[in-house]
Amino acid sequence: MSVLVGKNTRLLVQGLGREGSFHAGRCRAYGTNMVAGIHPGRGGTRFEDSVPVFESVREAVDATDPNVGLVFVPAPAAADAIVEQIDAGLPLVVSITEGIPVLDMVKVRAYLEGKRTRLLGANCPGVITPGEHAKVGIMPGDIHKPGRVGVVSRSGTLTYEAVVQLSSLGIGQSTCVGIGGDPINGTSFVDVLKLFEADRDTDAVVMIGEIGGTREQEAAEFIRSMKKPVIATIVGQTAPPGRRMGHAGAIITGKAALASEKIAALKAAGAHIADSPADIGKVTREVLGHQD
Amino acid sequence: MKLHEYQAKEIFARYGIPVARSEIASTPAEAKSAAERLGGKVVVKAQVHAGGRGKAGGVKLVANAAEAESAAAGMLGRNLVTHQTTARGVPVRKVLIAETTPIATELYLAVTVDGDARAPVIMGSRAGGMDIETVAAEHPERIIRVKADPSYGIWPYGARDMARALGFPPKLVREAADLILNLYRVFVDNDCTLAEINPLVITTDGRVVAVDSKLNIEDDALFRHADLKALADPEQQDELQRRAEAAGVKYVKLENGRVGCMVNGAGLAMATMDITEKAGTPPANFLDVGGSANEDRIAEAFKLLVSDADVRAIFVNIFGGILRCDIAARGVVQGARESGSRLHIVALLRGTNAEDGRRILADSGLKVTFLDDLSQAGAAVAATLPAQGARR
Repeated sequence: MSVLVGKNTRLLVQGLGREGSFHAGRCRAYGTNMVAGIHPGRGGTRFEDSVPVFESVREAVDATDPNVGLVFVPAPAAADAIVEQIDAGLPLVVSITEGIPVLDMVKVRAYLEGKRTRLLGANCPGVITPGEHAKVGIMPGDIHKPGRVGVVSRSGTLTYEAVVQLSSLGIGQSTCVGIGGDPINGTSFVDVLKLFEADRDTDAVVMIGEIGGTREQEAAEFIRSMKKPVIATIVGQTAPPGRRMGHAGAIITGKAALASEKIAALKAAGAHIADSPADIGKVTREVLGHQD
Repeated sequence: MKLHEYQAKEIFARYGIPVARSEIASTPAEAKSAAERLGGKVVVKAQVHAGGRGKAGGVKLVANAAEAESAAAGMLGRNLVTHQTTARGVPVRKVLIAETTPIATELYLAVTVDGDARAPVIMGSRAGGMDIETVAAEHPERIIRVKADPSYGIWPYGARDMARALGFPPKLVREAADLILNLYRVFVDNDCTLAEINPLVITTDGRVVAVDSKLNIEDDALFRHADLKALADPEQQDELQRRAEAAGVKYVKLENGRVGCMVNGAGLAMATMDITEKAGTPPANFLDVGGSANEDRIAEAFKLLVSDADVRAIFVNIFGGILRCDIAARGVVQGARESGSRLHIVALLRGTNAEDGRRILADSGLKVTFLDDLSQAGAAVAATLPAQGARR
C-alpha cells in the first residue's frame, strides 16, 4: 500500500501546455499510468502518441475512468479546472498551479464540503509513492527511494532536500506528500498524518512546516494521539514579521504564526524536532534507530 | 499591491461608504486652493504606502488655507520616515486635503481573509485610531470578528448584529450595517487582501464617516483588475524591492544581514536563511528565484544581491528541477561579470545538470566554495565571510 497514489493510480492531466506536457511526460516515464489528458482545442488527439486527449473532464472520465486528476492550468483558470474535476467526481485532485487568487480558493474550499473529492494543494509539488512507481507531480523522481517513512510538507524544493537527506542515509519513503504553500488549501497536515498513521507501510513521518497560520499547531494536537513517531522541522525562524516569504501562506501575522511557537507546540506533543533543516535525515535515523 | 489613501477613498465613495470631503494636491498652491474650497480648517495628509504617518509628521491639522499651503510645502518632495519604512523613508508626491471631522467616537473596521477560518472575516473594534496589532496582542477581547460565508458573504442581519456589538447607537445601526456590507463588497469586488478603515468615526453631530481608507490588492488577482493595476505607484517601494518585482523574483531584505542568499523555492530559501543564521553569519535576504527562471533573471537576482551594501558573501543554493543548475550557474557568472562583484560564493548545486553547473562556476574565475550537502553550509559560509565590518 502507501497513501493517496500507488499502482492503481489512473492519472488524468489537465493543462498540457509547455510545463504541463513536460511534467506529464516525466510522470509517465516514472511509471505512472496516465489515462487521459485535457486541453482546450486538442480533443481527439493523443499525448505522446498514446494517451487520449479530451476537451472536457466529463468526457475523459466517461471514456477512461481516471481516479486522480492533476491540474497544471494557469492561475486565472485554475479554480475552474479544480471545480470541473470535483464535479466529475474524481476522488483525488492535485493542483500544482501557483498564484491562484485567495478568494478563488475560499470558494473552492467551501465547494469541496460534502463532496467525495480530496484536493491536494494548490501550489504544491504533488505526491509520489516510490515503491509503486506512482508520481503525480513535479518532483524529481530519481532522488526518491522506496521505503517506510512518510513525508508531508508545505514546501517544494525543501521537500526534495529532505528526501535527498533520507535517501542518502538509506532511508526510503513510503509516500511523499506536498500540501502546498497557500494559506487556503485542500488537504492539511492533520489529514495526511491520519493517512500515514493508518498506513501499514509507513513506520514514521517527516513533517516539514513553516511560518504562517496555525496548521502546525493543529498537527501537534493530532500527533499527541499518534502511535508512529513524527520528525518535524519548521523553517522561517529568521523571517521578519508581516513580510510574505515567497509562499502566500508564509507570513507572520501574529504570535501563533511564529516558527518558535510551532516548534514548541510540536515538541510538547512529542514530535522529534530537527532544529536545523540540514538535520532532518540525521534525526530521522536516530528516531528509527530507537524504534528497533 | 498597496493603494494610496486617496485612491482607496475614491473606491469607497463609489461603493457608498461615507467619506470626508477632500481634494488631492501635488503642489503647495493646489493645497492652498483646495483648503480654501473646503473651508480653510483642514487636515493635510501625506500620501505614502506606509502606516504611522501621524507620529512621523505626515498628518497635520491646520487652521486656514495659508497654513495648509505651508504644511503641504513641508511634506511634498520630501521623504517621510515612519516606523514602517526604511531609514530613507518614502517619497511624498501628493497630499490629501480633507475637511475636518468632529470626532465623538473612533472605531476600527477591516475585512481580510483568515486562512485558518478559510473565509473572509470582518473585524471591528471600539479601540479605533490605535494600532490594531497592539489591540489584538493586548486586548483580543476588544476585537469583534464576524466570519463571512465563502459563497454568500454576509447577510444584513449579521452586519446589524456587528454594528450593535460595536456600540453604534440604535439610530445609527442601519447606517453602520450598510457601511459594513459596502466595505465587504469593496473587499470582494477588488480582490483585496485588506480593506481597512481606521479610524471609522461617529461625529459629534451623529454621522458615520470613514476618516482613513486603506486597500491592499492581491497581486495574484491583478490579472482581472486592469483598472487597479494602473493605480500602482512603484516609487513607494524600496529600490531593491522594485527591481526584484521587475525581475520576477521574490525578495525580502533582512536587517543587519551579511550573507546574500540565492535559492529556488520558498521553503528551501527559508531553510537556507535559518541555517546561515545558526552559523552566526546572519542572512541579508530571502530570495526565491522561482521555478522557471532563465539566465537573465538569475543574473538580475545576483546583481540585486550584491547591490545590497550589507552583503559580504553569497550563498547559492539551487535544487535543480524545472530550473536547471547549468542555467543558474551561467546566470550567476553573468551577474557577477555585469556587476563586477568579487564576493566569495558558496554554492550548493543539486538536481538537474548539477555537474554542468559546478563546472561552469569552477571555470568562471570567481571565488567559489562548493558544497556536497546542506549540513556543510553553515561552516562553509562562516569560513568565507571576512571579519565583521571588513570592506569588500
